[in-house]
Amino acid sequence: MTDLRATAATPRASVSLALCGSGGAGVMTAGNMLLDAAAKAGWYGLMVRSSGPQIRGGEAAALLRFGTDAIDCLDDRFDALVVIDWQNIHRFADEIPLDGASLIVADPDQGEPPEAYLACGARHAKLPMKQLAKAFPGSWPNMVALGLAAGLIGVPAETVRQVVTRSLKKAGDALAASLAAIEAGIEAAREIGAGLELAAPPARTASRWLVSGNEAAGFGAIRGGVRFVAAYPITPATELLEWLAPALPKVGGVLVQAEDELASINMAIGASYGGVPSLTATAGPGLSLMTEALGLSVAAEVPIVVVDVMRGGPSTGIPAKSEQSDLSIALWGLHGDAPRIVVAPNSVADCLATTQWAVHLAERLQAPAIVLSDQFLGQARAVADRPADVAFIGERLKATASGDGYQRYAITESGVSPMAIPGTPGLAYTADGLEHNELGIPSSGAADHRAQLAKRERKLVAHDYGTQWADIEGEGELAVLTFGSCTGPVREALARAKADGVDVRLVSMRLLAPARPKLLAAALDGVGRVLVVEQNHGGQFFRYLRAEFDLPGEVASYRHPGPLPIRPDEIHKRVLEWSRP
Amino acid sequence: MSAKKAPAKAGAAPKGKARPPQLRVVKAARPSAAAVRTMNELMAYAYALELEASERYAEFAEAMAAHNNREVAELFRKLARIEHRHAEQVLEDMGWAEPPAPPSAGYRWEGPEGPETADVTALHYLMQPYHVLELALHNERRAHRFFTALAKAATTDRIRRAALGMAAEEAEHVRLIEDWMKRVPPPEPHWDLDPDPPRYAD
Amino acid sequence: MTTATAESAATLAPQAYKSEYKPIWCPGCGDYSVLSAFTKAFAALGLKPEELVVVSGIGCSSRIPAYLTSYGFHGVHGRALAAATGLKLARPDLTVVVAGGDGDGYSIGGNHFLHACRRNVDLTYVVMDNHVYGMTKGQPSPTTEPDWVSKLSPAGTGVRVFHPLVIALAAGANFIARAFSGDPNGLAAILAEAIRAPGFSFVEVLSPCVTYRPEQREWKREVRPAPVGSTDDPARAARRILTDDGFNIGVLYRGNRRPYQPPIGKSTAGVADLEKGFER
Repeated sequence: MTDLRATAATPRASVSLALCGSGGAGVMTAGNMLLDAAAKAGWYGLMVRSSGPQIRGGEAAALLRFGTDAIDCLDDRFDALVVIDWQNIHRFADEIPLDGASLIVADPDQGEPPEAYLACGARHAKLPMKQLAKAFPGSWPNMVALGLAAGLIGVPAETVRQVVTRSLKKAGDALAASLAAIEAGIEAAREIGAGLELAAPPARTASRWLVSGNEAAGFGAIRGGVRFVAAYPITPATELLEWLAPALPKVGGVLVQAEDELASINMAIGASYGGVPSLTATAGPGLSLMTEALGLSVAAEVPIVVVDVMRGGPSTGIPAKSEQSDLSIALWGLHGDAPRIVVAPNSVADCLATTQWAVHLAERLQAPAIVLSDQFLGQARAVADRPADVAFIGERLKATASGDGYQRYAITESGVSPMAIPGTPGLAYTADGLEHNELGIPSSGAADHRAQLAKRERKLVAHDYGTQWADIEGEGELAVLTFGSCTGPVREALARAKADGVDVRLVSMRLLAPARPKLLAAALDGVGRVLVVEQNHGGQFFRYLRAEFDLPGEVASYRHPGPLPIRPDEIHKRVLEWSRP
Repeated sequence: MSAKKAPAKAGAAPKGKARPPQLRVVKAARPSAAAVRTMNELMAYAYALELEASERYAEFAEAMAAHNNREVAELFRKLARIEHRHAEQVLEDMGWAEPPAPPSAGYRWEGPEGPETADVTALHYLMQPYHVLELALHNERRAHRFFTALAKAATTDRIRRAALGMAAEEAEHVRLIEDWMKRVPPPEPHWDLDPDPPRYAD
Repeated sequence: MTTATAESAATLAPQAYKSEYKPIWCPGCGDYSVLSAFTKAFAALGLKPEELVVVSGIGCSSRIPAYLTSYGFHGVHGRALAAATGLKLARPDLTVVVAGGDGDGYSIGGNHFLHACRRNVDLTYVVMDNHVYGMTKGQPSPTTEPDWVSKLSPAGTGVRVFHPLVIALAAGANFIARAFSGDPNGLAAILAEAIRAPGFSFVEVLSPCVTYRPEQREWKREVRPAPVGSTDDPARAARRILTDDGFNIGVLYRGNRRPYQPPIGKSTAGVADLEKGFER
């Protein structure tokens, strides 16, 4: 626990701040503007939203973290909480951990703090935001809150003004009033003197983006070559599709809304059969519906990419919260022996490269690729370095018109057979979910079945996935194995452990299927204990690793389901415990 | 609200209007003269009118409370109580131990519901107390017109006088609300502006 | 329009059918009135809450079972009719009402809608149609006008709207009505009739979404009582429904099909008798 007074002069490498309010308070807007301003000023940042179940007017919380280095997860606690009003804010108590070193600034006229926020021991300060905003007709309490938050963490006033001016450019008088309200908030922060200012931002080495995982994935798909998308709305994937809707036509692509997920997956497969790289995005319930068609993609060897933005399961589950509990269905959920590609981005920015990679793999290997994103990655907005360009473009091996006897499913060494694209003369074939021979003629014969099964497996297993398959960092006798959004908190935990003198290796797997036991064995060379970290109840990743991979020495699982994220401290503690002799 | 056929942008809140959706009074059709033949029937109408209005305000209070608009929820609760008292007053005046049974053919209002019953779609989750009173005023005026029309269509003097009496009471309610509105601040400009977008639920 | 008639004395007041859970629907939503109308209809019919099941899918309107004291089943998106069919066939003693929205019912549920009409099991299907996907923040539904702009359809869908009443008639629904949430008493009367009517009863309820389709507040000025009473002649009904503008309110068709009954064999055999076929 840090003593605010003692560290008042020490600028911070990371600050966490939350904004809450209800019904029209504009908490998300203020949060987004603050994130924007911090980005402009050169800091990194992350914003996660949380709200009540109402569609509009519900209680809302913007959870923000800023820093001088890339931010991939929320911290264990919040340094400050700014409360525009307290209505139903008790709902967020678990998501906004506060302690004796935290500061709560609340509008004293807008309700009483719930018990949870009194018991935490935080310092309470008052700021009559609504009243202050009234002094500047046309402004809002959230503008005062924005100024206050910016002032507390040290985002320059001028930068905030620029962001607000750009956002409210149509507002005229309201702009002047908002700027005045912001100034009042900044002044209030000065008076409070909480000592939460960020250390100076580092010099930029690359341009910065402010992007959500869903947007990044959409863009990655287009970069990879996707030009057809079938869409069916589902939380928390809808935004990915809504980002693609105006973007695709700009690059000559097509997006169509389907009547349901059975339709969207089949539409995408049909388009892909026609030669166009195709994609759909969904969440758990939709993926369940798509499983039959994914089997068709496997059997007929028609490439397809499905982004699964994972949410709390099973069934309807917890739609607006994150969880990593669709791993099992992605790995095992098809009937028959149906190998498929499963990849998982491990940060907001990584959603771009990993989705692009998925398109490349699907097209190259003529198979379905499932991208396991999740609600945290998909909907969090992050300030990140512009992702490096990656060279993954979908390159389908196409058959060119040749002599007679075209064999669509020819047995090749790589397992990949040239694919005839409709419109190419002399190569017409019928794609089929039925088992078939090399010509694509349905066959129930033993030799054909074995040959085709082996081919479809070989093409995935024999492929060289390069260095993209995992991020391997650090050295140590103890290793932490994880995937997806758990990577951020694990990375941070291991940095803390290193500072404690405990070296731990991190392996964050991007390629989950096909299993690469040799690659993992090499990555775990010298490791005697493995901690598997995941955000689900049943230990899906743990069980998969034990089933398919050779793991050294002792293996333990650290996991819990959503809705709360895995926090760095949880891993830090577990690692320290396990590293003591 | 203009052009019903004009396509609207998804997710758009009603743009910067000074008041919630129009409370234009539809020209009252005369209720059937046969609808009110007896004092009992007249007072049954009076009772049903107040009760339906009360229930609607109570529903509104709950909806607004669930959307964190506490001040407005309180105000609707108050209106619900007031209307409920009016309904009970009818029972007292008539010496009725139980609410009256509706007429066999049902109540014939001007529209689908009683003239004092607020339209369900007249709410906005950000509406201000002033809007609530505007809505209440609109409803009391409609009730006043209803009784005036009943009085015109009355077949007996007794009913005409009673209907006029009810109309006078409604007129008094109108005045009370007008007075009340003077003590309530008018809505701020951009009262319906919510900078935050809607959120996903399922 | 008339209000609910003084029906046979209800044993329970409408309020008794409302659960303690307060709806999260946006203030102004037409579904509040539909909920109210349901309670009035149930009360008028004297239904015992424990013998009544409300089955729904996913969407704003599909939240309705939680707000009633009857049994409820909040299933998956688009499959409410299938679940309800299974339930009613297994438990013909129950009154089964199916509820949902236009997205849930006509898009992903479209196939089940066709076959439910065709099968004619004794169910009542109530669709709260607001011409939009509300819960997922405003995408077009099958009944959305082709020029309505949204994030998922930046140029409008360009696709002709789905005509649920025409489809219902063609597929064999035995009772077809259109209602309006702005007339809760009229709606309650239609719901009561629909529940009483044997076979598959379909009620399409225009229920405005004030958040994504605020212009639907104008619906109250566009609806009218259907100019003629219901018919039992499918051809006549087809002509009327095909040519109405979507705002005629009332019962439009009452068919004479007998409700679906699963085949019941001669049940004199006991389990032991079944073995006999194997004996040699």
